[in-house]
Amino acid sequence: MWPLAITASSAVSALGTGVAPLRAALHARRGGLVRTDFPGGPAGTWLGQVAGLDIAPPPELAGYDCRNNRLAEMALRSDGFEAAVIQARERHGADRVAVILGTSTAGIGATERAYAQREPGQTALTADFDYAHTHDLQALPNYLRVRLGLRGPALAVSTACTSGARAIMQAAVLIAAGVVDAAVAGGVDTLCRLTLNGFGSLGLLGLGPCRPCASDRDGVSIGEAAGLLLLERPGSDGATLLLGAGASSDGHHMSSPHPDGLGAVGAMRAALAAAGLRPDAIDYVNLHGTGTRANDAMEDRAVHHLFGDGVPCSSTKGWTGHTLGASGALEAIIAAICLEDGLVPGCLGVDVADPEFRSRVATGNLAAPLQRVMSNSFGFGGSNCSLILGRAA
Amino acid sequence: MRCWIGGVSVLGPGLPGWAQSEAVLAGREAWVMAEAIAPAPAILASTERRRTGITTRFALAAAMEATDGEADRSVLETVFSSGNGDGMVIGAMMEAMHEADGVISPTQFHNSVHNAAAGYWHIAVGSTAPSLSVGGHDGAFAAGLLAAATTAVTGGGAVLLCAYDTPMPSPLSGVRRTDFPFAVALVLRPESGLSARATLDLRYVPEAAPVEPVGDDLDALSAGNPAARSIPLLRALATRREALIRLPMLDDAYLELLIAPC
Repeated sequence: MWPLAITASSAVSALGTGVAPLRAALHARRGGLVRTDFPGGPAGTWLGQVAGLDIAPPPELAGYDCRNNRLAEMALRSDGFEAAVIQARERHGADRVAVILGTSTAGIGATERAYAQREPGQTALTADFDYAHTHDLQALPNYLRVRLGLRGPALAVSTACTSGARAIMQAAVLIAAGVVDAAVAGGVDTLCRLTLNGFGSLGLLGLGPCRPCASDRDGVSIGEAAGLLLLERPGSDGATLLLGAGASSDGHHMSSPHPDGLGAVGAMRAALAAAGLRPDAIDYVNLHGTGTRANDAMEDRAVHHLFGDGVPCSSTKGWTGHTLGASGALEAIIAAICLEDGLVPGCLGVDVADPEFRSRVATGNLAAPLQRVMSNSFGFGGSNCSLILGRAA
Repeated sequence: MRCWIGGVSVLGPGLPGWAQSEAVLAGREAWVMAEAIAPAPAILASTERRRTGITTRFALAAAMEATDGEADRSVLETVFSSGNGDGMVIGAMMEAMHEADGVISPTQFHNSVHNAAAGYWHIAVGSTAPSLSVGGHDGAFAAGLLAAATTAVTGGGAVLLCAYDTPMPSPLSGVRRTDFPFAVALVLRPESGLSARATLDLRYVPEAAPVEPVGDDLDALSAGNPAARSIPLLRALATRREALIRLPMLDDAYLELLIAPC
């Protein structure tokens, strides 16, 4: 099953469109969070918002038009991703390329708008509202599948904040099972009222830009992003490799992680086992690191349990915000940048890590040769997923 | 791709659990329309149980019956699939956000995630096994079946598939029609064993599923709920006969299922 090659990737986030601005911002320690009022969301929230979501789907796919599919369209058009997929389609055949994408809320913003546009006393939603092509989870993979002229299976993975990572893992499963030879995998999630007000209702939104692993961290900054990867069996072209993936459930509580991080340890162990690696083979851990009190403390215990204080770790959510169902995919692309550039991007906006933490939290950028990087994602419902990426041998 | 089907369950109109529906599905008794009811999940602690709505209750009830014969439910990897997720919760939150104060309930928010039913299942049975939740619109059962079968044959262990959907509340029901609640669960294994009921050979076909002639009233249920598209498979399992089933997945793709009793 492992390894797989990441033969193309594309990222859109608050840091810009494409992998290049993401890379530049990580090196320059220039974050993308801004204090803003999202319409219908809590006032004055720090968000990782994508600029320029003005590229609508082509006219023949106009029914798919919504914020989430626009973000997917932007990702498709950047980093040469569309051309790379078309080449893969020609290499393998359209029916041998799957589209497996994670999202927590797909185009639910279109439903929010349809509710808001009703006249006083009107119950029914506006007649031009196209639920199946916007709000429905399947709208996301179906859009990219038809847009790219693919005929393989399309799956919408939705496991809250692990969706992007879990989609990448399930893409590997479909390739290993022989259903397809390649997959467009990753995640796309956009800002919406439901998510912002939901995190607000749980008291999890930070007052400032999120500061994962800081002793005075006070919550998340929500972001939006698209992260797309083209996965194929490895050739000899030196592409970054996906070495393994592992998942677990907490079986503990719907929105609070297990305090000792048992589920997180399980996912990291499973990823190491899939990759055939011991913990000391990992050179850097990109943490889930949302900036909430409970998540970061749990993850520190889990990482320390496996790696002691020997492996540098950090969260990059101070740059992008928590991009929810896209975060696992966006951070897999960040992990690939770290491998290529020999970069450990220390937590942004954090002078000193929480003194109670025992793992080796990086707070400034470090230059270090990296062979293998682990990327963690955890989510509501007790979902956990870890990916391991490595430099081509 | 081949796997083996072990435990099975169904909850839908006139189908109150596998044990009570097998004769109907096998054609030995007539199907009679009756409201589908899901019990409160006794397996959950009372605090958690109070937080579950009918969508999770249908999913958990089906998952429980399908795993009755398992020595240890907690070791099963799981795939949960649903077109709508918890539409009651999403609808309630949409209404709340458009009230004057715009306040939504934190419990409803964590119940709104698509993997809520899976989360409650793993809490209920104390399981740390991996779990996947997928959508799939009208093809959600096929999406879940493909995900579960590929997981079983590549991972080497048993996988519990649970597909479930419930009607949306108004006004979402006006844009997404689901006629009644329905849940189905299957245990898939990558190898044969004493508990195997049938083999399942599964193939993805990148073509629109051929239009099947309309069958009897029971077959007609298939159109009313994404999970009810499992009915031809359930009937094949109940009659213990070989069957070839073309299960629609996307507008231009279906799964070809070859079922053979063990």
